[in-house]
Amino acid sequence: MALPIYASPLERIWHYAYIVICVLIFIFLMAPILIVIPLSFNAEPYFTFTDKMLAFDPAGYSMRWYDRLLTFGMAAPEAARDGSWWADVWANATWIRAAKNSIIIGFWSTVLATFLGTLAALGLSRPEMPWRRTIMAILISPMIVPIIITGIGMFFFYSNPCAPLEWVGIEVQCGRLTGTYTGIVMSHAMLGIPFVIITVTATLVGFDQSLSRAAASLGANPRTTFFRVIMPLILPGVISGALFAFVTSFDEVVAILLIGGPEQQTIPRQMWNGIREQISPAILAVATILVTFSVCLLVAVELLRRRSERLRGLSPS
Amino acid sequence: MTDQTAPPGLGAESLTTADGRPLKAALHRAQARAKRRAFLLVLPLLAFVLLTFVIPIGIMLFRSLNNPDFVSYSDIDSGTEIPVMQNVQAWFAANPQGTEPDEAAYAALAADLVHLKEIKAQGSVGTRINYVLPGSRSLFTSSARDAAKLAPPYKEAVLALDEKWADPAVWQAMRSSAGTITGDFYILAADFERDDSGAIVRTAEKERIYLYLFWRTFFLSGLITLICLVLAFPIAHLLATLPLSKSNLLMILVLLPFWTSLLVRTTSWIVLLQQQGVVNDALVALGLIGTDGRLTMINNQTGTIVAMTHVLLPFMILPLYSVMRTIKPSYVRAARSLGATSWTAFRRVYLPQTLPGMGAGVLLVFILAVGYYITPALVGGADGQLISNMIAFHMSKANWSLAAAIATMLLFSVLILYWLYDRLIGIDNLKLG
Repeated sequence: MALPIYASPLERIWHYAYIVICVLIFIFLMAPILIVIPLSFNAEPYFTFTDKMLAFDPAGYSMRWYDRLLTFGMAAPEAARDGSWWADVWANATWIRAAKNSIIIGFWSTVLATFLGTLAALGLSRPEMPWRRTIMAILISPMIVPIIITGIGMFFFYSNPCAPLEWVGIEVQCGRLTGTYTGIVMSHAMLGIPFVIITVTATLVGFDQSLSRAAASLGANPRTTFFRVIMPLILPGVISGALFAFVTSFDEVVAILLIGGPEQQTIPRQMWNGIREQISPAILAVATILVTFSVCLLVAVELLRRRSERLRGLSPS
Repeated sequence: MTDQTAPPGLGAESLTTADGRPLKAALHRAQARAKRRAFLLVLPLLAFVLLTFVIPIGIMLFRSLNNPDFVSYSDIDSGTEIPVMQNVQAWFAANPQGTEPDEAAYAALAADLVHLKEIKAQGSVGTRINYVLPGSRSLFTSSARDAAKLAPPYKEAVLALDEKWADPAVWQAMRSSAGTITGDFYILAADFERDDSGAIVRTAEKERIYLYLFWRTFFLSGLITLICLVLAFPIAHLLATLPLSKSNLLMILVLLPFWTSLLVRTTSWIVLLQQQGVVNDALVALGLIGTDGRLTMINNQTGTIVAMTHVLLPFMILPLYSVMRTIKPSYVRAARSLGATSWTAFRRVYLPQTLPGMGAGVLLVFILAVGYYITPALVGGADGQLISNMIAFHMSKANWSLAAAIATMLLFSVLILYWLYDRLIGIDNLKLG
């Protein structure tokens, strides 16, 4: 990005203006994410910096909103903070319960999406795969079709999951899937699948098919070839696909609003309610925790990407 | 391969495998087996996506055309479907469209109203007519309440209950709702309605909302896409021209928003932009605006545009960046050495090479923007709402067929764009991070 020595004065001005523009755009990208962190330590119930905060007066900062995350929804928030208080937090605190739900739903939908998605990506990457383009288009479409449309479809389908069977003349009675964990996990897995397909097929593009042929010629059966040769090489791609799937589920609110019952209160749904009804700085405390979480995820994905490139010999490092 | 291409002196039949089968057949079988194996790997996922995505969307399409609420009532307690309004339907079947309702018609109506009252279905039936003719729900509920008292002559008796029954529009609405398959909801979603004679006409100007909302959705999405392009271009260019070690560091600034929860980013924009928010406070502190002149930047279109631009910007930067990385700097240098000014070199040499990246980014951002729901719902106020919010509104009012009809129209717009994306860029080239 260095300026060539033959640059004219006008070009020099433009060059510095360009750098300023870039810095401003980076500020636009980062400001909303960074701003919530100091504000979540606000001692007052405001969404802006108080004078005390600006003067770096310790009295202007507090952990009260983090504390509120634990106490909100508890049976006895005022009790002494001993073992039973923490048991109360674990069992009753609204945000803790939401976090537990988010993690359970996220975990199972990630397992489902990663397993099915990796299997399919292995098939799609084979040169013999028939109707490759069409199938790929169908499998990626959950990412493209607006979630509200998918959500409506799922709402109708989950309200009476046996309706398609009735159309073909099979009479069965079956329970609703709306308001069940099964229904939510299925829908979240479906939403995460495109990400798994994209990351795993991207890893497989650089995969040298002759390696598996070499393994076969050395006497390995397909199973051994998969677990000892293919799997270690594509594992970084699979894990980052899984992380994408988990984040998709962990951040998903529309499907859960449409098909979730009162039991399936997750973090995004709780935040959605919080923002719509009475926005409190406790939301900012949640946001700060989630930002920290996404920094960890980003680092993990970046490390995985580098490892994958090194394994496939794409990068000089 | 045909037999003629076999090398001279070697008959095609002489090419066999070790166990004596013709090579061509053996190869064919091996290829078929490989195909089958590859397909079997994809099959479980395909079945899963079919079940959780394709079939639900199919049901939604069906629901947009099907609303049997006028002809059958689903009893929640017993879970059975009870036919309703059978007498009126029989009268419709016997009399062609445009027939003035006679004594027989009113007698049929009276009998049906009594039946509705018995099974408590007047609300459901009234709601169904209400979609086509607003204000009709109460007509059904109030008339059904007193239906038991009706006595011949029915025409006078029914009209005495409520003279709205004489309105030809009510009869037309009932007639058009009598079939289970109806295009009524598409007519409504396209800002048309049926007049008294059943002809399809545009709705009154001030009641046309859906097409305007579609227009606004596409306009705002286009505007957001354009802003994203303008903001993404310098960033992608900077990242692509810096050495890899520096650009990887700066890339984190792009990827962190990408990985951060959508609700977190939307919340942050509320915090930043609201009247007592950080941006307004900063402007007041700088003396740029007075305390009474605080800007309204949230709960209106500005809020939607700013927040959605922020959310979608990484989707524009990433494809642009991956294309710009492949552009060799020597081309621009060659142009400069041949006498082009830096502007000409940029415009004639660099810019055309970024077109694939721009195309990919623009299409992707536009597709995602058109279906956006969460961000406009939280920061859009009244005039920053998009078509998805209207769909969600009708869903919340249990007006499912209309929600499904609008959703279907949106779905087809998105699918056309998706098809275009696949044609021009190819889904295989979709990359994340």
